[in-house]
Amino acid sequence: MSTRLVPVPSRALIPERDMGRAPILECVNLGLTIGGLKIVENFDLTIGRTEIAGLIGPNGAGKTTVFNLLTKVYQPTAGSILLDGQDTAGMSPVQVNRLGIARTFQNIRLFKNLSVADNVKVAMTNDIPYGMVSSVLRLPSYRRWEVDAHRRALKLLSIFDMQDAASLPAGSLPYGAQRRLEIVRALASYPSLLLLDEPAAGMNPSETMELVDSIRRVHELFPIAIMLIEHDMNLVMNLCEGICVLNFGRIIAKGTPDDIQNNPAVIEAYLGRQKEEEQ
Amino acid sequence: MKRLINLKRSEYRLMWGTYAAVTLAFLVLQAMIATRSLSASMRGMLVPICAYMVMAVSLNLVVGVLGELSLGHAGFMSVGAFCGVACAIILQKAVPAAPVRLALSMGAGAAAAGLAGFLIGIPVLRLRGDYLAIVTLAFGEIIKSVFNNFYLGMDKAGLHFSMLSDTTGLLKGGRMIINGPMGIGGIRKIATFGAGFALVMIALAVVFNLVHSRYGRAFMAIRDDRIAAESVGIDATKYKMIAFVVSAALAGAAGCLFALNYSTIVANKFDFNTSILVLVFVVLGGQGNIPGSLIAAAALTVLPEKLRSFADYRMLLYAVLLIAIMLGKNSAGARNFFARFRGGKEE
Repeated sequence: MSTRLVPVPSRALIPERDMGRAPILECVNLGLTIGGLKIVENFDLTIGRTEIAGLIGPNGAGKTTVFNLLTKVYQPTAGSILLDGQDTAGMSPVQVNRLGIARTFQNIRLFKNLSVADNVKVAMTNDIPYGMVSSVLRLPSYRRWEVDAHRRALKLLSIFDMQDAASLPAGSLPYGAQRRLEIVRALASYPSLLLLDEPAAGMNPSETMELVDSIRRVHELFPIAIMLIEHDMNLVMNLCEGICVLNFGRIIAKGTPDDIQNNPAVIEAYLGRQKEEEQ
Repeated sequence: MKRLINLKRSEYRLMWGTYAAVTLAFLVLQAMIATRSLSASMRGMLVPICAYMVMAVSLNLVVGVLGELSLGHAGFMSVGAFCGVACAIILQKAVPAAPVRLALSMGAGAAAAGLAGFLIGIPVLRLRGDYLAIVTLAFGEIIKSVFNNFYLGMDKAGLHFSMLSDTTGLLKGGRMIINGPMGIGGIRKIATFGAGFALVMIALAVVFNLVHSRYGRAFMAIRDDRIAAESVGIDATKYKMIAFVVSAALAGAAGCLFALNYSTIVANKFDFNTSILVLVFVVLGGQGNIPGSLIAAAALTVLPEKLRSFADYRMLLYAVLLIAIMLGKNSAGARNFFARFRGGKEE
């Protein structure tokens, strides 16, 4: 817990001790087999402390499954996941979140009946120290920490310029705002690794470019590692420093955006093999 | 923090409005009792109404706020009733002041029911949805069977208990407290309307304050999306257990209050029908709607009494009216009508 990154105002202020240290995430030979079917196998990936990484691949390649393995929605059947050097084997989703992984979901999973601010405050639950007695008796510590949590929630919402919608029910927000709120909620648990599952799904090109700016701004404010799944190549090539391509549960390529764009295996996976006679 | 106050204003208005309305109703009824304008049958129903209100509010915490269906709520009422009344009888000599004894008994009933809630919660809260509902139903029946076969007596040597048959072998001058299927007899009716009012207010304060705290947010997050809640570090089992135990403890206090209003109490009173009755209060009042639970509990407790003049057709009419109320409440027109009163209430 002590190694968890705390939000600092700018990238220049990343604590020295964290800069030179080992990667935040190491997947070694990760695999998931269900009923003899290999959903993911031999997944090796390393993500640096402040890296923005992309995970791409055709539909059904196993990208979301990798996220579900990292967040322990599924327990891997092979290999290991090291978060900040610590093996997460056997941990629950709650435990890996406390260790520093937060995520968004491909199909939006907000707390629809709660207000926007409350959605964010739910993610702060473990950071709010007052107990049952304080909340039932409304002791001063209850009030102090509630005010503090609300102030922090509004501050986080202001990254996406959503502070004015704080009291609306989350389910009433437009689609794009719901996606942004999911990112804010994930940030509210102060992760050191943020997993974004198709953040630009259903957005038009101008909304997508806004999202790119927002993710950059998040990365400036919180110098954390971000890993994203996305089908919008424009966004991926713009944002990611490293890209990993998955097909049929296996990694077929890893590298910088330029490497990936010219990799024949990737082109084949997306567009199919050219026929011999046409070459 | 003006902003915080602004954001929560509608919630606070609902909360203080409920406190005010309950207090006002209490004062009006007290005035009616003082001026003898309340019929004897209505007077006799005041304490049960308070007990049912607390039952409905506490069940609403599990069904409405946490989103898990519990069909065994009367079981906790039963635990509270038997443990609370036993405590009242044991303390009869030690604590002569009835209000103090009543408070201690309700505390004991709440503690016993809370403990029962914790123990039952360990297996039950591993389940979800329909499965959880069925298992709570089973536990409600188990509690009923246990009290039907439980014998507790007190004599000079102390407390004696036995199961299945009465082998307590009390000394001369000893007193049987719980007598198996005969339940507890000869209870001194120390429950008062004032105590009922106090318990309703305590239950309201506990539930409202809990719902508006980090605990309530966690409960509602689990209700809306458990997977998302776990992804942001909410330990679903722990928070479900907290809601379950608080709900059981309040039901236990209500059960004790209820039992101390009668001279005899038997385990069969707290059966599946009672659980369903309380669930009907919650559903009719609206899931998660605390004032709604209060109104529904009061109305549906008074209704059968008011229908007494229809003699044989009483329960038939009650059922028909219940169907009509449910349909009416869910019609679009009625909903718009009520929405006007709610105004800023967040739903």
